[in-house]
Amino acid sequence: MPPTTVDAVGLEERAGVLSTRSIKKQAKIQGLRLAIACMDLTTLEGKDTTERVRQLCGKALRPDPDDPSLPSVAAVCVYPSFVRTAKAALAESPVKVAAVATYFPSGQTDLAVKLEDATAACQAGADEIDMVIDRGAFLAGRQREVADEIARVREATRPATLKVILETAELGTYDSIRRASWIAMESGADFIKTSTGKVQPAATLPVALVMLEAIRDFEYDGGRPVGLKVAGGVRTAKQALQYLVLVKETLGDEYLSPARFRIGASSLLNDVLMQLSKERSGAYQSEDYFTKD
Amino acid sequence: MAQRLSVRKTLKLFIGGSFVRSESGRTFACELAGQTVHAARATRKDARDAVRAARAAWAGWRERSAYNRGQIVYRLAEIMETRRDQFEQALGIAGASATAAQREVSASIDRIVWYAGWCDKIEQVLSTKNPVASPHFNVSSPEPTGVVAVVPPPAPALLALVSTCVPIVCSGNTVVVAASHEDPLATITFAEAVATADIPAGVINLLTGYAAEIAPTLAAHMDVNALDVWSSDGEFIEKLAELATDNLKRVRRHAAPREIFWSGAKAQGLDWIEPFVEIKTVWHPAGV
Repeated sequence: MPPTTVDAVGLEERAGVLSTRSIKKQAKIQGLRLAIACMDLTTLEGKDTTERVRQLCGKALRPDPDDPSLPSVAAVCVYPSFVRTAKAALAESPVKVAAVATYFPSGQTDLAVKLEDATAACQAGADEIDMVIDRGAFLAGRQREVADEIARVREATRPATLKVILETAELGTYDSIRRASWIAMESGADFIKTSTGKVQPAATLPVALVMLEAIRDFEYDGGRPVGLKVAGGVRTAKQALQYLVLVKETLGDEYLSPARFRIGASSLLNDVLMQLSKERSGAYQSEDYFTKD
Repeated sequence: MAQRLSVRKTLKLFIGGSFVRSESGRTFACELAGQTVHAARATRKDARDAVRAARAAWAGWRERSAYNRGQIVYRLAEIMETRRDQFEQALGIAGASATAAQREVSASIDRIVWYAGWCDKIEQVLSTKNPVASPHFNVSSPEPTGVVAVVPPPAPALLALVSTCVPIVCSGNTVVVAASHEDPLATITFAEAVATADIPAGVINLLTGYAAEIAPTLAAHMDVNALDVWSSDGEFIEKLAELATDNLKRVRRHAAPREIFWSGAKAQGLDWIEPFVEIKTVWHPAGV
């Protein structure tokens, strides 16, 4: 169990201070390229179609058709029913396919159904599984149950990368977030992830900092390195840079890679592309010149 | 009774319905006839923020019924009428005589009323049914251009500001104004009227400072659709027009004559509205 409680005032202060760092010119370009490389380009809507997912995969492979030097994103993140579509569209590329599973986003069903959901996604070809924890059980104090569930999903989905969504907005306090992070890491998570994106407020800087510190302490404590995925509410290039600063200052440079850090987002990519274009041409950009999906 | 502390107004920018300082914190000193005032000196980032606000406001403003836009523009005239003293005082500080100030405020309010009446007539007057040599109905109608950047002439400070912005706004565009540095007081007083006149936040954004600093940013900005620039400096105008080519902005350029603004015949008319609408033509098959 995590040995300490969280100093909320100090935490928010530190997150606030780190968010004011000014990153310009060449450093900004490097940061934005890294943000793209660490991005899980996401579409998780009831109205998703195979065409939309295919379109998204095209964008994931080459974010800006005018700039082939830009990296591909790390992964596309879709509902399980679109895993085959995405897998086919991304064949032979390094871009991974992540599927949300375990009755996303609520996680309110029987364990058997959740396991079935996750294994089906793996069988369809998903490289990564984004599972949700049972927040109800966690808040009711049944933490062993949460841990067991994560461990069962972990076993069922090997060798896929497992990201565990804590849905921090529903956990209430920083202490709970730290505790839930710890449980997820002990139970085998490869990444811990802030939110589903379906509950507000989703990712925030202080929440990300709590989780990063939990990751750091878990590793010091004899655990293994675990990654962080921030998701939900990260819409602007500026926010993405703030998260990169937070990761660098808490865990160091080796965590600034898609193997250890992800940003789950949909509209963020366009803003990053607009900022990169602004750095190239000097003129502020318009959404009119970027694909909507 | 104890002596009161003096309460002085900070002269700020007007962006997205809020009065804000320049993000840089900069101000500039402006020597007016009556006193020296310090107003916010907008930067290119302020210009960017203003364009963002104008873009966000555009969808809502253009989708309002034309009649409702007319009501709101008329409301601006109502508000200015009740704030006459403040406007006259502002123009007085800038050097206008009491009579001249009264005359300019009256002319400005009258101009707004005139355009308020136009809002719900633009579409009827500019729309056409076109004769075509094929079995089609062919009709054209105007739509607002989008976000328009305005560099108004320095004088007459209030009347020129009103005469350039209001016709652009009344057809459903939103504006970002890089106001002249010569009289920021008139601009800010106008902003206060706009802020209280039910004009949705972001429809009119007013930046004080040096147009030479911020107009190039607006001219090059890909999310600005048109540029209305008044300047006696031909080279400056050409430079802006060149920057505006990247996204094929509509550019209307003028020298900066003071006199035309006093003449209703010259300074108000459909030809002040028309440059900032796009004519959309629809071909519809006619049953033969």
